[in-house]
Amino acid sequence: MSDALAAPGAAATAPRWYRSSFWPYLGAKLAGAVVSFLVMLVIGFTIFNVMPSDPVATLTRSHPTSPGQMAALRKQLGVDLPVWHRFLNFVGHTLTGNLGDSWQYHQSVASLIADRLWPTVLLIGSATIISVVLGLWLGIRSGWRHGSVFDRLSSGVSLTLWSVPTFWLGLILLVLFTVGAGPIPSGLFPAGQMSTPGYEGSWIGQVGDTVHHLILPCLTLVLVIFAQYVTIMRSSIIDELGAPYLLTARAKGLRDDDVRRKHAVPNALLPSVTVIFLQLGTILAGAITVETVYSWPGLGFLTFQALQIPDLPLLEGTFVVLSGAVIVMNLLADLLYRVLDPRVRAQ
Amino acid sequence: MTLVAPARLGGVRRFFRMPTAIAGLSILVAFTLLALTAPLYIHPSDLDVTKATGGQLAPPGHGYPLGTDQPGRSVLLLLIWGTRTSLAIGVIATLLAMVLGSAIGLLAGHYQRWLGRGLMHVTDWFIALPSLPLAISLSAVLGQGARSITIAIAVTSWTSTARLVRAQTLAVEARPFIERVRALGAGNVQVMVRHVLPNVAPLILVSSTLTVASAILAETTLTFLGLGNPTEVSWGTMINQAYTGSAVTRGAWWYLLPPGIAIVIVVLGFTMTGRAVEHILNPRMMIR
Repeated sequence: MSDALAAPGAAATAPRWYRSSFWPYLGAKLAGAVVSFLVMLVIGFTIFNVMPSDPVATLTRSHPTSPGQMAALRKQLGVDLPVWHRFLNFVGHTLTGNLGDSWQYHQSVASLIADRLWPTVLLIGSATIISVVLGLWLGIRSGWRHGSVFDRLSSGVSLTLWSVPTFWLGLILLVLFTVGAGPIPSGLFPAGQMSTPGYEGSWIGQVGDTVHHLILPCLTLVLVIFAQYVTIMRSSIIDELGAPYLLTARAKGLRDDDVRRKHAVPNALLPSVTVIFLQLGTILAGAITVETVYSWPGLGFLTFQALQIPDLPLLEGTFVVLSGAVIVMNLLADLLYRVLDPRVRAQ
Repeated sequence: MTLVAPARLGGVRRFFRMPTAIAGLSILVAFTLLALTAPLYIHPSDLDVTKATGGQLAPPGHGYPLGTDQPGRSVLLLLIWGTRTSLAIGVIATLLAMVLGSAIGLLAGHYQRWLGRGLMHVTDWFIALPSLPLAISLSAVLGQGARSITIAIAVTSWTSTARLVRAQTLAVEARPFIERVRALGAGNVQVMVRHVLPNVAPLILVSSTLTVASAILAETTLTFLGLGNPTEVSWGTMINQAYTGSAVTRGAWWYLLPPGIAIVIVVLGFTMTGRAVEHILNPRMMIR
């Protein structure tokens, strides 16, 4: 059982069996993801195009618009077409990457999103890696000796941090480390954006500058999301504790550390790995507020800026992209689970 | 696996023997009393921006135990009044989510053919969508205010209840007494409402306590992002005004800390109570 992670090796020894069951599985999961994506488009279309009784009136709420302009706009947006026709147009446009034009920036939504994508990937990626490492480590330690002081402490801290609103934690850290309080000097970390405006320097200096800006938003996100990894890892370790194979390992005379590392952890990791991918939705929610607090120029901050108008085409674009990302991650989780767990493959 | 049978009599007594349960329940009772009695000692003029008497963003001092906000209102009174809005939205959104989730879960568990399968597909689709972007989009289209925030939270938080209720419905309907009830001539509605629902109810209770916690967090998040009614006092609007105003740059911790701490305490209260009830109702957890 301890070689559960050595799946690629197993695949090499049984290529035909592996191949024959892999493609139908992949096909089924892909089809499921495509259906999810279409349903997401239906929901997005309903929210942004059917629910507002007159989208043009909603869009022009904050601008003075003449009836003639509004009629032209209706025609341009295709609002006068029947619903099914508008939906097909919407799906076609979305699939070809045409998400319309932002009202606020007078620029295509697709290009705005492309500009803001990488900062978000950087923030979410770094925060996820740090919290996964930290969360799994704490979860393994507390699950192995559950009920100990260490376990109570780490579970208590995780539960409390989970209850903290992300944006509030961000604001507190902002006040502490950029405005300064007590012994902490003012301006320890920069207050916003991704880099210092007008900063000229070597690429190493620029990377350092970005990292300097990244630290606070990343820390905030880590503090809020690592708790769920602690919880899942702790409970899956506890689930393994009574397993007979651990008794066998101990009977062989292995040290406690080795029993944990080589036998319990690889098995307990399986459920956690999928949860890491499935939690992307929660992390995105955190990223939206964290980016807002630190004006980090990513998709979350873009959503916030779109909300202030409200800039409906831009909101629609970020909704489609963020939901699409979550659907892709869910698909990856399914596929990864199959690679990692030979039992799923055998079914 | 039944979640109900072993609890019953000893359940309440065991609940009051758990320190976290007592702590959680005391928090909830305290905040509920605070919210209900607030109109007795807070006059609307205390919360009116134009009739504020305190200094602008004054630190805690005489007459203002928690200092004042930008227009000069007492932060303590805002905090107490904010309890009403935040709790009300959290509880109403949860009620809506529970009704929706339980109904879908019951129907999906009872009618296991195409209706059940279809409903579970819908549930899975909603689970796959990220909840905050969906809630943001919904309330942006519905317009600012408590009503659209409540709807947005309800629409994004019914799914886990639906799945739990469905699983439990399947378990209950497999038990022999349902067959007996059917033999006595009970129809679908009677089986679901009179016999399955009471057996699922404890689970709905656990689920709703935990959902209130996340609903309150969602309410403050949406309000912070500017989707709330800015004239209404809630914990979210307080943090939003601290952020958009100059409270953060001037280091006005007395305006920023209290609403956040209140949120953490209330959310912890609901989570601890919910987990304690879950612990008592779930026989698998008793063994550990």
